[in-house]
Amino acid sequence: MDFSALDPVALIASLLVAATPLILAATGELIVEKAGVLNLGVEGMMILGAIAGFAITVESESPALGFAAAALAGAGLALLFGVLTQMLLSNQVATGLALTLFGLGLAALIGQPYSGIKPPSTPTLDIPGLSDLPVLGRLFFSHDAVLYLALALVAASWWFLTRMRGGLILRAVGESHDAAHALGYPVVAIRLAAIAFGGACAGLGGAYLSLIRVPQWTEGMTAGAGWIALAIVVFASWKPWRVLLGAWLFGGVTILQLNLQALGLEVGSAWLSMTPYLMTILVLVLISADRSRAALNAPASLGRVFRASS
Amino acid sequence: MGLNKWMAAALIAGLSAGGAAAQQDTLKVGFIYVGPVGDYGWSYEHDKGRQAIEAALGEKVETTFVESVPEGPDAERVLTQMARAGTDLIFSTSFGYMDQVIKVARQFPDVKFEHATGYKRADNVATYSGRFYEGRHVIGLIAGQMTETNTIGYIASFPIPEVIRGINAAYLAAKSVNPEVEFKIVWVSTWFDPAKEADAANALIEQGADVIMQHTDSPAAMTIAEEKGILAFGQASDMREFGPNARLSSIIDNWGPYYVARAQAVLDGTWESMDTWGGIDSAMTEIGGFSEQIPFAVRKQAMDAAIAIAAGRLHAFTGPINKQDGTPWLAPGETASDGDLLGMNFYVEGLEGSIPN
Amino acid sequence: MWRLEARPEPSRAMLLATPVLAVALTLLLGAALFAALGKDPVAALRIIFLDPLLDPYARSELLVKGAPLVLIALGLSLGFRAGVWNIGAEGQFIMGAVASGAVALAFYDVPGLWLLPLMALAGLLAGAAWGLIPAFLKIRFNANEILVSLMLVYVAEQFLIAMVSGPLRDPQGFNFPLSRLFHDSALLPVLIEFTRVHAGVLVTLVLVGLFWALMRWHVLGFSIRLMGEAPRAAAFAGVRPNRIVAISLGASGALAGLAGMFEVAGPAGQLAPALPVGYGFTAIIVAFLGRLNPLGVLLAGGVMALTYVGGEGAQFGLGVPAAANEVFRGMLLFSLLALNILVSFRLVRPARVAAPAPRPDPDPQEA
Repeated sequence: MDFSALDPVALIASLLVAATPLILAATGELIVEKAGVLNLGVEGMMILGAIAGFAITVESESPALGFAAAALAGAGLALLFGVLTQMLLSNQVATGLALTLFGLGLAALIGQPYSGIKPPSTPTLDIPGLSDLPVLGRLFFSHDAVLYLALALVAASWWFLTRMRGGLILRAVGESHDAAHALGYPVVAIRLAAIAFGGACAGLGGAYLSLIRVPQWTEGMTAGAGWIALAIVVFASWKPWRVLLGAWLFGGVTILQLNLQALGLEVGSAWLSMTPYLMTILVLVLISADRSRAALNAPASLGRVFRASS
Repeated sequence: MGLNKWMAAALIAGLSAGGAAAQQDTLKVGFIYVGPVGDYGWSYEHDKGRQAIEAALGEKVETTFVESVPEGPDAERVLTQMARAGTDLIFSTSFGYMDQVIKVARQFPDVKFEHATGYKRADNVATYSGRFYEGRHVIGLIAGQMTETNTIGYIASFPIPEVIRGINAAYLAAKSVNPEVEFKIVWVSTWFDPAKEADAANALIEQGADVIMQHTDSPAAMTIAEEKGILAFGQASDMREFGPNARLSSIIDNWGPYYVARAQAVLDGTWESMDTWGGIDSAMTEIGGFSEQIPFAVRKQAMDAAIAIAAGRLHAFTGPINKQDGTPWLAPGETASDGDLLGMNFYVEGLEGSIPN
Repeated sequence: MWRLEARPEPSRAMLLATPVLAVALTLLLGAALFAALGKDPVAALRIIFLDPLLDPYARSELLVKGAPLVLIALGLSLGFRAGVWNIGAEGQFIMGAVASGAVALAFYDVPGLWLLPLMALAGLLAGAAWGLIPAFLKIRFNANEILVSLMLVYVAEQFLIAMVSGPLRDPQGFNFPLSRLFHDSALLPVLIEFTRVHAGVLVTLVLVGLFWALMRWHVLGFSIRLMGEAPRAAAFAGVRPNRIVAISLGASGALAGLAGMFEVAGPAGQLAPALPVGYGFTAIIVAFLGRLNPLGVLLAGGVMALTYVGGEGAQFGLGVPAAANEVFRGMLLFSLLALNILVSFRLVRPARVAAPAPRPDPDPQEA
């Protein structure tokens, strides 16, 4: 076995790219869940973002416009979920599942004229000086803007949730909507905003797939990434920084497995693919077992219907 | 059982009311696809074959299709519904439909079925597939001479004979023109997952591969090759659009001529069950145009090989060939039998790693 | 501005009227969708909603396609009523299928009437065991069962792939990741000639009746409802929540596992990676559309099956793309979910301010 062929710098660089759609979608969903809402429609919002971003980029030749359109499309679909669950009080689990079905279908319909087209490429941000640094340049300074945006988003979410008044209110709403309502906070409006934000992030994640990671449009191309994002939120125990860890773990298992194979090492792929999910369950058990600490992380009102009583 | 009888009676009553297919003048041809027609790979090429029937036979035929049909109980219903709707000829275009096709065909002896890539036949079930390994030989010759790192990356789906055959054929051809060549093989356990295929291409490139071959359906690897400035071959469809600079050539599944011929045979009343394994000679396995960046001598060599294969003068598996463990498989000058090819479950000598199970 | 006002108690009229209204709304939206795609909207809707009901074979297929949905949703609605959230039925379905398939293959070519019951038992137990994992983790460690059961779906999917690519692979199958075709003793008898209506369909119908009776008359049904609707009152009444959690997840897992056994021993006849087609997830929607009521679930499962069977018809009859059927199904689900609110709320003008209405009984989903 020649492990010298395994270039750790290249490995990490491609891991960063592979994890970005997951980071985007999971960060969005984290904010949604912190507000006490469980939206299982991430996959649907991602794929709608993937085609919206792709189509607009192809038509306008501007990846920036494409990503903006993807965020809008994701947010729009999310608001459909928001109206149904927050105003019409439909069940969140069922509505989220329906949203995934609907999103997959809608994206495929919109995407029919776009198979077999190569999108304009999204430029990488080459920072003079930094990008040319050995190792560090390739690792940290030679990516596209969206990758940095995803990392910034994680930082911003952390800042928002822990350091800002708005974040405090959002968490209060997720913790106990009745108490937050009694204090005079507009529970439904706050949740709708969170849901729209989550949709926008999922849409960006989808567009990252169709414009940068794979660059192409094919039906069903998200292939379960939205569901993995849901797992990552749990793995992260609702803490933004741990989303990075989760996304790198889930993305990393695939990348590592493919690289080991290319080295000629035999890996039982199905068994290996199971491990991140088993680890997520383990993490969930660990954080839940300690009830005092669990209360700090998991939103207590997650998935429950809120209806103002007066 | 009372209920059983009652339901059967209801069924028969219903059958007489709405069942029997109307007499028609046009030939009805149905297709069922495992993926969406927009996959730009496997199902997309079959749908091009369907369009070829419409173009060639015009008014005489009417074609329909159902896409994204899972390989299982749902396929049996779709096949039955098609047969009951008066379809005369049904192309079922994925291996996983095999047992459903056989079962439905037994119930509709007057309907003709064609099953791609399977090995079970009946009086009204024909099978067909391409000798894609012939194409692998041709692109192997090109790959072996175009690689500068002497490392060719191969993205494989499942360890079935079809895929193993392709790897062996490409490797033997590449080795024959470049003794230094080495294959790196990655099994992705999927036919279609653009993101995973892209990751696999990246992994191979990072480990030194500068030419990528694939036996999966999406053009993801081609787009990655284009981006990273290395070389690749189109699979199933030409994929030129995805890698204008990266693409060297391609193996195209060209089902059109076969589909047209089979539909015509039904019209003529000459259709019969048979097994077709179409190679370069029948154009079912088509070699896409060669890129300008391939040196002329290499292009000519590849072209000559394709012509020789089509003419039956050259076989992609001609001895002496040993198996990976060194045991002899083919004696000098001996060519592989179709039976050996159809059940191939070993790497040839020189390939590294083992076939996953 | 109209606003929603809680009804003192759920409206029986609306309970019956909302599904009709939702279907009407879907027909309008669907007609617009198909017209936009350049297809004859009337023909499309007729093919999807009417033709499968008129055609005997399609009718029988509604039973085949609907049965697993109904069977799984039946178990799920039990737990949902108690506020126990099993969304991993897909995984329990898979484990039931794998376990019963393994039994079938272990006794390959061994004839015997005992084989099918043994397979059913294996399916039930495997499904129940897979469902009891989140139950145990919830009871012992307070881990959220929604998330654990969802994670276990992926584990089950990978497990199925590992099994059919390894120990359970057909030795004569050229390395294709498929098991052998089961022999006759391991296949469910077909009830109606020329169809695929198998014994599992009949068992499902019987279970619908049993569950209806259970929820209505048995003390367990009462405890479950009480725990979902008024957890504190339930505690006073001596209902032990942990027991209900275990029963809900175990029973819904067992039924999903049984559905998996019916699928492999019925229409599938072998284990394959393509076996899970989302029945476990769709059944969650079916449970809600059926308002967690066994008879409602039966009806909702039928409607859902109709959109699948009819949707295929629309593909080859009219050339409607598969994606359009998915969008259409989404519209139907959204309409049903959206209009559900009219059961416990009514639209009023704010001018007519009534006396503050008491809160309605909390929705069953409000655990």
